[in-house]
Amino acid sequence: MSILQIQNVSKFYANHTALNNVSFDVPKGKIFGLLGPNGAGKTSLIRIINQITAPDEGQVLFNGEVLNNEHIKNIGYLPEERGLYKKMNVFDQLIYFARLRGLNKHEAKITIDMWLEKFEASTWKKKKIEELSKGMQQKIQFIVTVLHKPDFIILDEPFTGFDPKNTQLIKDEIVNLKNNGATIMLSTHRMESVEAICDEVVLINKAKLVTQGTVGSVRNSLKDNSFEIQYQGSLNLENITGLQIKDKTEKEGIHQVTFKYAGDPKLGLQQFSNQDIEIKSYREVLPSMQEVFLTLTESHE
Amino acid sequence: MNNIWIVTSREYSSRVKKKSFILMTLLAPLLIAAFYGAIIWMSINDNVGSSTKNIVVVDPVNVFTGKLKNPDKINFILKPTFNIKELVQDESIDGFIEIPQRYKLADEFQLKYQSMKSLSVSDNDKIKDAFGSILREEKLKSLGITQAAIDSLRVNVSISEFKIDDEGNSKSSNLGINTALGMGLAVMIYFFIFLYGVQVMRGVIEEKTNRIIELIVSTVKPFQLMMGKVIGIAAVGLTQLGIWMILTSILMTIISVVFGLNVADAPQVSEMASNPALKNMDNNVAQALTSFYNLPLLKIFGTFVFYFIGGYLLYGALFAAIGSAVDSETDTQQFMMPITLPLVFSFVISFSVVVNDPNGVLATWLSIIPFSSPIVMMVRTPFEPELWQVITSMLVLLATIIGIIWLAGKIYRTGILMYGKKPTYKELAKWLFYKN
Repeated sequence: MSILQIQNVSKFYANHTALNNVSFDVPKGKIFGLLGPNGAGKTSLIRIINQITAPDEGQVLFNGEVLNNEHIKNIGYLPEERGLYKKMNVFDQLIYFARLRGLNKHEAKITIDMWLEKFEASTWKKKKIEELSKGMQQKIQFIVTVLHKPDFIILDEPFTGFDPKNTQLIKDEIVNLKNNGATIMLSTHRMESVEAICDEVVLINKAKLVTQGTVGSVRNSLKDNSFEIQYQGSLNLENITGLQIKDKTEKEGIHQVTFKYAGDPKLGLQQFSNQDIEIKSYREVLPSMQEVFLTLTESHE
Repeated sequence: MNNIWIVTSREYSSRVKKKSFILMTLLAPLLIAAFYGAIIWMSINDNVGSSTKNIVVVDPVNVFTGKLKNPDKINFILKPTFNIKELVQDESIDGFIEIPQRYKLADEFQLKYQSMKSLSVSDNDKIKDAFGSILREEKLKSLGITQAAIDSLRVNVSISEFKIDDEGNSKSSNLGINTALGMGLAVMIYFFIFLYGVQVMRGVIEEKTNRIIELIVSTVKPFQLMMGKVIGIAAVGLTQLGIWMILTSILMTIISVVFGLNVADAPQVSEMASNPALKNMDNNVAQALTSFYNLPLLKIFGTFVFYFIGGYLLYGALFAAIGSAVDSETDTQQFMMPITLPLVFSFVISFSVVVNDPNGVLATWLSIIPFSSPIVMMVRTPFEPELWQVITSMLVLLATIIGIIWLAGKIYRTGILMYGKKPTYKELAKWLFYKN
């Protein structure tokens, strides 16, 4: 079941194409990574989903319906460029955005108190935004994004400006939201976060969709028969045929070798087992999301 | 619609709660009242601060001796001879006038005033009057005409205007009151448009530079945001205006009462009453007041509110469009020009041409053209322009407001999400045709 369907969407500006016939589905209840280098068209796509702009071609379906005004209440958006009214106090600000997203004052108050407590921010209620630290402002911005309990949440670089402790807090909160049934579209350049929390990803480069799928399948699609072995004992690596060594380390008597093996992986392992060593681990090495990102965006240069 | 209301109330409450707003709202009437009080005080205590001048007059022909009267704050000292060195030495003497030796009554009369300080305009007039009146009497005498005959020739002409309505009823109208009322209200509209129009622009720029705009337009249509802002700020202005009107009238009444009592205590009052010219003045005031109350005040007030809001909406939308097109206030000048020009132009024309000929061709046209009508029509209103002109002007303004808001909305919608290079007029024109 898809909550969002992007169907053949194109967006053209005066002298460049921001999106070129992009299609993909966002499954419900997942954390969905929207990846791509700067200027790839992510922001244009996010703006289209938020109905800030309209696509020039194609359409977007939300819960099976063509995107319309009613859906605004079901979408939460954390823009990359953060911004709040600096002179307005935290509480008034939250109430304002809650009301714009269709909550009445009473409902808004309850949710706001709940979130402020969760973020240990209850004492800031009457403070103006400009009096808060950057991290505190980011927390308020996050609350603005989620306080109307949207089904679909777009987070554009949600971790910037947070220290490691708060980054973890936000990560946990994102997973929490997912567990409560929300779908999250996460746009970030932090590939380790993508690996950690995303279920599915799409990669956009130069206005076009490059790849899509689960994190595992995307990494698998780029695997280059790399393996890693850890063993104890002495071994002449030249005894093993078909090996292309990439990296070799030794720590406290444990050798770790990363290599490419062109043939059947089972045969490779067999060759190692025939040697007089104690194998601690043997595993296939998939490219990291970082590597996937770099490979796919470079090969399309 | 609901969203416009939410935005409006935020714009309103965030501004009304500001310290600067509260301060300005309370302080301005005090300043006006203080100004008003100072004027009354100065008019009661005339010539405050200036001391009496001693001027030596040497009159060898003996025309002025014994006849020269001292005007207010000037003391003529007649001497047979005077050395210019005394003027320098004697600090009590301010100036020296010597009547020419070979002076004849038929000649052009020129006084030579010598002093270490130059003569003020009013002292200059007083001295000219003092000598002039004696010369006139002398000349009359030489022609055999008496002063009484002259007085009987003096004719006082004044015009009492009466406005006749369709049913032939007449009521008095007063040029001065009409002019003052019309201009006063026009000035208010002019300043309101400027002050609050610029606030709209600033608000838009603030949202843009804060980058909050991205978040807001994902919940509110840009048009709703713009309208909410324009309406909210208008409400702030109306609130301020309302408070000012109430406070000012209270303070003015207090001041009038305070000074009124002082005036009654002053000894001049008895002189005033005996002076026919002043009685005449009293009469004028009474007549002016009747004319004032004879004016269709309710109609004028209604017209004022219409053009006040209409003019602001028209220009406010344009200011919003400018704000959206730039990244910072320093970039606004280029776009401000075409907006401020018609405003300043109508202001200047109102105070020169329209006031002198409120129902003339230029006044009529300018009061129909929407970019000048809020100011020009306001100046004309107390002179009761023809109804069809008022209705045409209002309809044209309304239509233009709708058109301009639509256009401004298009520029705004694109502009608020554009950062970086300052757009050209050509680009602004292109934005009008962007689909979304």
